[in-house]
Order: sequence, then C-alpha cells, then structure tokens
Amino acid sequence: MVEERSWFTPLAHLVLILGVGVVAFPLYVTLIASTYDLTTLLRGRVPLLPGGEGWANYAQVLGQGIASGGAPPAAIMLLNSLVMALGIALGKIAISLTAAYAIVYFRFPLRMTCFWLIFVTLMLPVEVRILPTYKVVADLGLLDSYTGLIVPLIASATGTFLFRQFFMTVPPELAEAARMDGAGPLRFLWHILLPLARNSVAALFVIQFIYGWNQYLWPLVITTKQSYYTVVLVISRLVNVVDVAPSWNLIMAVALLAMIPPVIVVVAMQRWFVKGLVETEK
Amino acid sequence: MQPRAIFPGKLTPYLLLAPQLAVTLVFFVWPAFQAMQQSVLVEDAFGLSTRFVWFENFARLFHDPNYLHSIAVTTVFSAAVAGLGLALSLLLAVMADHVVRGAGVYKTLLIWPYAVAPAVCGALWGFLFDPTIGEVTFFLRALGIDWNYIQNGNQALLLVVIAATWNQLSYNFIFFLAGLQAIPKSLMEAAAIDGAGPARRYASIAFPLLSPTGFFLLTVNVVYAFFGTFGIIDVVTKGGPAMATDIMVYKVYSDSFRALDLGGSAAQSVILMLVVIALTVLQFRYIERKVHY
Repeated sequence: MVEERSWFTPLAHLVLILGVGVVAFPLYVTLIASTYDLTTLLRGRVPLLPGGEGWANYAQVLGQGIASGGAPPAAIMLLNSLVMALGIALGKIAISLTAAYAIVYFRFPLRMTCFWLIFVTLMLPVEVRILPTYKVVADLGLLDSYTGLIVPLIASATGTFLFRQFFMTVPPELAEAARMDGAGPLRFLWHILLPLARNSVAALFVIQFIYGWNQYLWPLVITTKQSYYTVVLVISRLVNVVDVAPSWNLIMAVALLAMIPPVIVVVAMQRWFVKGLVETEK
Repeated sequence: MQPRAIFPGKLTPYLLLAPQLAVTLVFFVWPAFQAMQQSVLVEDAFGLSTRFVWFENFARLFHDPNYLHSIAVTTVFSAAVAGLGLALSLLLAVMADHVVRGAGVYKTLLIWPYAVAPAVCGALWGFLFDPTIGEVTFFLRALGIDWNYIQNGNQALLLVVIAATWNQLSYNFIFFLAGLQAIPKSLMEAAAIDGAGPARRYASIAFPLLSPTGFFLLTVNVVYAFFGTFGIIDVVTKGGPAMATDIMVYKVYSDSFRALDLGGSAAQSVILMLVVIALTVLQFRYIERKVHY
C-alpha cells in the first residue's frame, strides 16, 4: 500500500465483498434449492434457509437417478466423469511429455513438420469440426466407450508447448552428464527430467482435469447408453424435460455434485492452477 | 530452437512422437480435411451421389438470412461477454491488488467459478432467472420488469451473456491480478509522492502497463464467447427464442445433427476454423511483441 490514510482501502474491501457475494449467489441458491422438495419450490420463491429434504434428495440422485429426465444414478455418472477427466489429464500429460522430449532432445528428419502438425491442433476446438470427428469415431466403433470419450480429446498442443518450454530451460550439461554416465534417453527422461518437471506436470494436470471434467458437447454426441453418461452432460436432459416441470430440487443437487470435484481441485491446487493458466496460455 | 545436447537414435524419436501424431492425424487433421472437402460438395437427396460445386455452399450461406442473423447475434454476444467480463474483472483485480488484509481469501473466493462447467453454469443461471420460480425473477417483478426469457429474445441474450461472463470472470481476474502485481511498486510510490491519488495512479501508470494483458484477454474472451459457451446456450436457450441466441457454433451443431445439412454445416465449420486461425495468429503476434518488451 502506498498511502497510510485513504478512502480507497475501505472502498476496495466493499467492492470485493460485493463481488464475492454476487459470484457466490448462484451457488448459495443452488445449495438451498437442493434441500427442499419440488412442491415447495414450485409454490413460490426459494426460501433463504436450507430445508429438511437435503438427505432425501441427494440419496435419490446418487442412488436411483431421475427417471423423468432419463438420468441414471449420479454415482455412476460421477464415476464416468472421473474416468474421463483423469484419462484426458493423464493421457495428455503422457503423450505431450514424450512428444516434447523427442522434439527437444533428438534430431531427425521431418522434426519441424511434426512440430507444426501438433501446433495446428491448438487451433481447432472440437466444436468447429464436430460432425466429421463424430463420423471418424463412429467408423472406428468407439461410440459409447471410454476410449471414445477420452482419446479424441487428448491430442493437444498446449501440453507439448509447455513441456518444450520447460525442457529448453534445463541446462544441457545435465543431459551430457547423464550420457557420460551411460544413461539412455528413456532413463534420462524418467529419472532426471520428469522429477524436475513435476511443477509443470501438476499445473497441466489441474487445467486438463477441469477441461476433461467439464466436457459437454463431446459426450453429448457420442454417448447414447445411460451407463456412459457424464454428470455434466445429463444437466441439459434434466432441464429440458418435456411435458413435466423440471425437478429443480434434484437438478440443483446434480449440479452441485457436478461442480464439487473440479472446484475442490482448483481451490486445493490453487498455486499450480494459477501457474498452469498463466503458462499454458503463453 | 537452440542447439543443445542431443541423444542419438533413429527410431526412438518417432516412437516417442507416435501417440501424439496418431491422435492428431486421426482426430484433428483428417476430420478437418473432410470438413473442407464436404464444404465444396453437394449431396443429392438420397445421399447416393455427390457433386463438386466450388463455393456454392458458402455463397448459399451468405445469402441465408438465418446465417447472417447468426453472425450478428455472435458479434453482439461476444462483444458483450468480452466487454462486460473484462470491465468487471479489471475492477475486482484493481481492488484485490490494493488490499493487503484478506487478499488471499478474496482471490480464492473469486477463482472457483472457473471450475464450473458451462452447462452447469447455464443450469444455475437458468434457475435463478426462471420465469415462474426464479429468485431474481421475483426481484425483477417487484421492480415492475416483466421477465420471461423463454419468450423474450433480448432477455434470453442478456441471460446467456450474464452466465457466460460469470463463468469467465475468474480467468480474466487471475490474469489482470498477475499483471498488476508485476508492476514495480516503486513506480506507483513515486507517483504517490508526486501527489497522484489512487485513481490517477491506476489510469496513468497501471492501465497503460497492463494493456498487453488486456489485449491478450480480449482475444481469449472472444474465442471463449465463440466456442466455449456452447454448453450455456444448449442448456438455457437452445439457440432460441426465435434464434435470438443462435450463435455460430450452436448453428453448426444444430445444422449438423438436427437439420443434417452436410454441405452447409461443413462450410460453416470451415468458416469457424478460419475465425479460430485468425484469432490465434492475432494472439501469437501479441506474444511476439511481448518478447521484445
């Protein structure tokens, strides 16, 4: 702070408290709404304090699902989301680590061609080429499978760039020394580079876990069986039910369950999250 | 890339690159190529034969009032999301940069919406603004505003703008705060000694130094509004009412999977790819400039 006495500090706190309040308001209403039965909600506005139906709502959502919206038990969907998010995060880390390693530590024909080919992928989000990508996955027989949910989304230039940047900062003497001591390339990668890169790995993990967990369009088009639904995907089906009123109390319970894991990851790994955001976007 | 220690080996680098390259070729390059190919073809009604038509699909799109409408909606939507998001997050970042006590707590309480999926975000805000039982709807009614986003197109657009801004606020906030904290304290102190108040210090010193961050965030936010908001639109409005929120990326999806217009949707995909490439090039030019600073 620059000055001692200032009207600015109380104003700053006021603005921040208002900001935090507005940002948290939807979360609060969600939490409250998930603790009432539907008739209370439909009768009028959401009360300000939690009701008594919370356990019943969450037990129903987790254990039985919501029949009117075609939603399987949330426990299954949370598991699917977890498999998808972990598969994408770990898969991206693995293949971009080895690709960046090859590009930085080897010289081979078509090296730059490979680099640019990977670079191109940075530009094309799945949303813009959704139909042809869907066709490829359908032709490969990967609809309704974990492979189909995960593999098409793990190619990304982001990770390759991040690791390439990091490898360029590692002193070349390290690789020289490893070679002189008779370590092969894979041994050097596994025992020396990977431990050094753990901060980058953690940062990339947070960003990609959230990316994977929050996928919506991709699971929407390639899953038809309820046993492969993810928890984020099912939200739309529940909100847009036909003929009956949406079960807002249960939808809010599902929404809360859908956001708890990624929010915990962001808040618990805040340091790596901020590092990951700032570095992967370079 | 700088010259550096290199491992010998002819096959090893290819094996290391193989997984990444395989996924790239099969799921990125091939579909993108197919979209380009499909965009210059027309299929007959039975899908039996295709005909090469040059740029007829594109010409048809640009004569289609619905597509022109979608471009207009996308422009308004992304300008609103980027403008509102950048302004609010800059305000919060300036305040968080200023306070000493509680800064960490404020930061934690402001970054979590980044982790909320756009589709879930849509459900949250759709519920708050629900025409019959929404919490905010009662408040608006009390103010005499007739709120019904399911029938009123402008209200629907406003709602998805609010939801999208909320979802992206944390991202902008983190970058603005990091940018502000990178400004040397001595600069701000020197200005204070010369008698500049907080408003003057931020306007004359901090904001000009922050402009590269602002420009970077502008492109990121436009990309987000174009492509990242699909989940919000699909949950809250499905492009309606009367196409009031039918942004381009949503139209590609509905034309592909509902209308099954292959040539038209492929042409739309190609146009969106060009938009992404243009925005990415813009972003990279910014990075080059930053390196020279």
